[in-house]
Amino acid sequence: MSSAETEMSAEVAARASEALDRLNEHTLKTVHWHFSEDTGSPFWLTKKAELNFDPLTDVKSFDDLKKFPHFEDEWLRGGPIDRWVPKGHAGKPVYVFETGGTTGIPKSRMVIEDHWKDYELFSDTLPDEHFPRGSNWLMLGPSGPRRLRLAVEHLAQHRGGICFCIDLDPRWVVKLIKKGWMEHLEEYKKHCIDQAVTVLTADHDIKCMFATPKLLEGLGQALEDRGTSLQEIGIKGIFSGGTEFTPQWTRFCVEEMLGGPVEEGGIYMTPTYGNTLMGLACSKPVTAADNYKISYYAPQPRAVTEVVQFEDYNQVVGYGETGRVKLYTLTDEFFVPGFMERDEGEREAPFETYPWDGVSGVRPFHELASATTVGVY
Amino acid sequence: MITLHPLRWGKTYESMEMNDVVHFDTGEPIAKFGMVGGGIVTRDLKQAHKAREALLKYSTDDLIGMCKEAAVLFESADLTVGDSTQSVEDFVHQQSASTGLPEHMCRSNLKKNSFVLAHMDEILQCLTRGLDLSILSKGFGEEGRNVIVSYQCQTPILGAILPNNSPGVHTLWLPAIPLQVGLALKPGSQEPWTPYRMVSAFIQAGVPAEAFGLYPGGHDAGGAIMTSSPRSMIFGSAQTVAQHAGNPRVQAHGPGFSKILIGDDVVDDWENYLDVMVESVLSNSGRSCINCSGIWASRHTREIAQAIAEKIGPVDVKPPADPDAALAAFTVKAMATGTYAMVESDLAESGVTDMTAQFGEKLIEREHCAYLRPMVVHADSPDRAVAAKEYMFPFVSVVECPQAEMLRRIGPTLVGTVLTSDASFIDQAGRCVEIDRVNIGPIPTNRLNWLQPHEGNIIDFLFRSRAYQIADMPVPAGA
Repeated sequence: MSSAETEMSAEVAARASEALDRLNEHTLKTVHWHFSEDTGSPFWLTKKAELNFDPLTDVKSFDDLKKFPHFEDEWLRGGPIDRWVPKGHAGKPVYVFETGGTTGIPKSRMVIEDHWKDYELFSDTLPDEHFPRGSNWLMLGPSGPRRLRLAVEHLAQHRGGICFCIDLDPRWVVKLIKKGWMEHLEEYKKHCIDQAVTVLTADHDIKCMFATPKLLEGLGQALEDRGTSLQEIGIKGIFSGGTEFTPQWTRFCVEEMLGGPVEEGGIYMTPTYGNTLMGLACSKPVTAADNYKISYYAPQPRAVTEVVQFEDYNQVVGYGETGRVKLYTLTDEFFVPGFMERDEGEREAPFETYPWDGVSGVRPFHELASATTVGVY
Repeated sequence: MITLHPLRWGKTYESMEMNDVVHFDTGEPIAKFGMVGGGIVTRDLKQAHKAREALLKYSTDDLIGMCKEAAVLFESADLTVGDSTQSVEDFVHQQSASTGLPEHMCRSNLKKNSFVLAHMDEILQCLTRGLDLSILSKGFGEEGRNVIVSYQCQTPILGAILPNNSPGVHTLWLPAIPLQVGLALKPGSQEPWTPYRMVSAFIQAGVPAEAFGLYPGGHDAGGAIMTSSPRSMIFGSAQTVAQHAGNPRVQAHGPGFSKILIGDDVVDDWENYLDVMVESVLSNSGRSCINCSGIWASRHTREIAQAIAEKIGPVDVKPPADPDAALAAFTVKAMATGTYAMVESDLAESGVTDMTAQFGEKLIEREHCAYLRPMVVHADSPDRAVAAKEYMFPFVSVVECPQAEMLRRIGPTLVGTVLTSDASFIDQAGRCVEIDRVNIGPIPTNRLNWLQPHEGNIIDFLFRSRAYQIADMPVPAGA
């Protein structure tokens, strides 16, 4: 047992135990939904025949999900997309969200309402003081076939606001980087930032925003070039996300761009980590006192993240130890029993707000890092 | 272990993101350096004018004096580098350990950089063709013909994306300081040593620290320097050079494709020039853009190739501290294996012969690095693809080509040594726009004369000559 485990307070331990009970119960419910003939998806019902166990009888807890083979991202490439739609949701309007796709067939995930639910849960974590209800939002990031635009827009609407959107096509950005067309890249970034500045300075009462780290950096600089700042144009809360959201970047952003921590600069910034499969993991509050350490906690029980050993993806590492990020999606729309993320990080202990495991120091998995184009947005 | 932090206009910035510099052979960390992202660089470069203002407080003569003092410090003193005191021997060991260069080559590059600093007054005289340097400071002045001349500085700072493994090229940015232009440098991840030691020497010699930005980081930091600096230089591949072609803001330094051309009047006596050819190919482990990658002649090419092969073919890997070590390691093993695959593809073409085949295996793989031993290939025509190749190890193509076709077919040539007494061929070589630096006579391509304006003249890059007229203002009535 690591020191983090021994230091966990009795109260947190009790809450963690309750959370695990909820997770086990939720897992059973989810597995039964996806593997029952009248509610399951064609994909999982077909896959069931290939398994050497019966999910309906042999999965009794979250831990039993390790009986499944690892979820292969190749399964998400190509159609028919209908095979993922659970029979229990037949007839409902379906969205398709994509990831990747610079070359080859992108990974697709069908969604009905999960993106809304994810962001409604996330909304509960935002302080009203810095994300005032009823105020308008700016979404500065990729839309297109990605879920981000619709999700952020729903978040704004859920909180009583209206969302203005600026699109950035990450597939074109990756192509520009691979071609070495850095001047075009700069111009494209500028094109996106210019639109954001125009919206922000057009009296739309925008107080909250989502931006990718690179675009937020560019926006802050563009506003400064015009003699103003994010604070001056009225921004009070920002959420941003991705592996680029590092402690060093956060420190730069807070200390040099936002005028200091929220008490001094007036802007609350929170990192998030998420994707089309999992939804949105929230962050433990980031502070200078904690060296801007960023720890993410998945929205359990709808999704779970584990930090697992590089040699054995079914074994979690000790608290504070490094491993690869493994994720589980457990909603009635989509079931992912163990997907190996392209990231690695350190396992974090439960705490009062999120009494389950988290992950910190998220960065590209070292064995894949050289093949990954990071810093896209 | 030494720790190098970013320097933001003279102030140390303790980054939270640290990267290791590792020993090329053992993989052991030998240093760590803090990284910065593009945001910090962009932010700092908005204050670039302060770097120039700090330098403008000193005359060019003062700064040249500081350069001379920095030369001594750089070459011989214990200097504060990062969080440690670094002796010259420390520097040599560290640079060799991270770049794979043999230690005696590191010492040689150290002296080369020091030489440029020590002779900065003469170099600037040559680069400016004797211009009164105060004209560059002031922006205009009288040159002696009763005509005002004006040179307008185009940038407060010079940005530079520095290479990983070629410590000799740092000479190219050194004149910026006496020209009162600040520096925003992105040190190479394996060769942070020269920029850090050089900046330390400059500061200890009295150059204001506010003139220097050192930004170790990824592509993001490099990109920010290039985007935010009105003038920047970058070192890279032919692809990098092509990417910046025609961009007046960027001076791109890539492969040199330097060559030796042997005229018909002397080619029968080619043996007289064998040492010149061998030095041109082998020096600095063939790693520099000024190393010879092609030797062109109309006849005797097989004999020439054979003779060079016999001299350099047996050269083998030796420990970096061995004074006779002639080969540098590829610190990224895949670069060596990839390069060798390209060479094998070159050799598959009909009319191309490996003249070093008899001297054993060329690709020497170690656990953490790899070496490529010298190769000489013969091409029976300039049509062979290998005639236009350059690799990062001692590699030369000896190309058979009629003299009348040579200058038309050699392609871009950073240094062209032309061995001939034929006045017509000399004239033609002088007019050939493919050749940047011309050596007439037996001058190895690697021997640069620093007192000659050289390729990518930094004065032309940083300053613009323009008209400047002055008339007396009329005296106001009643004055």
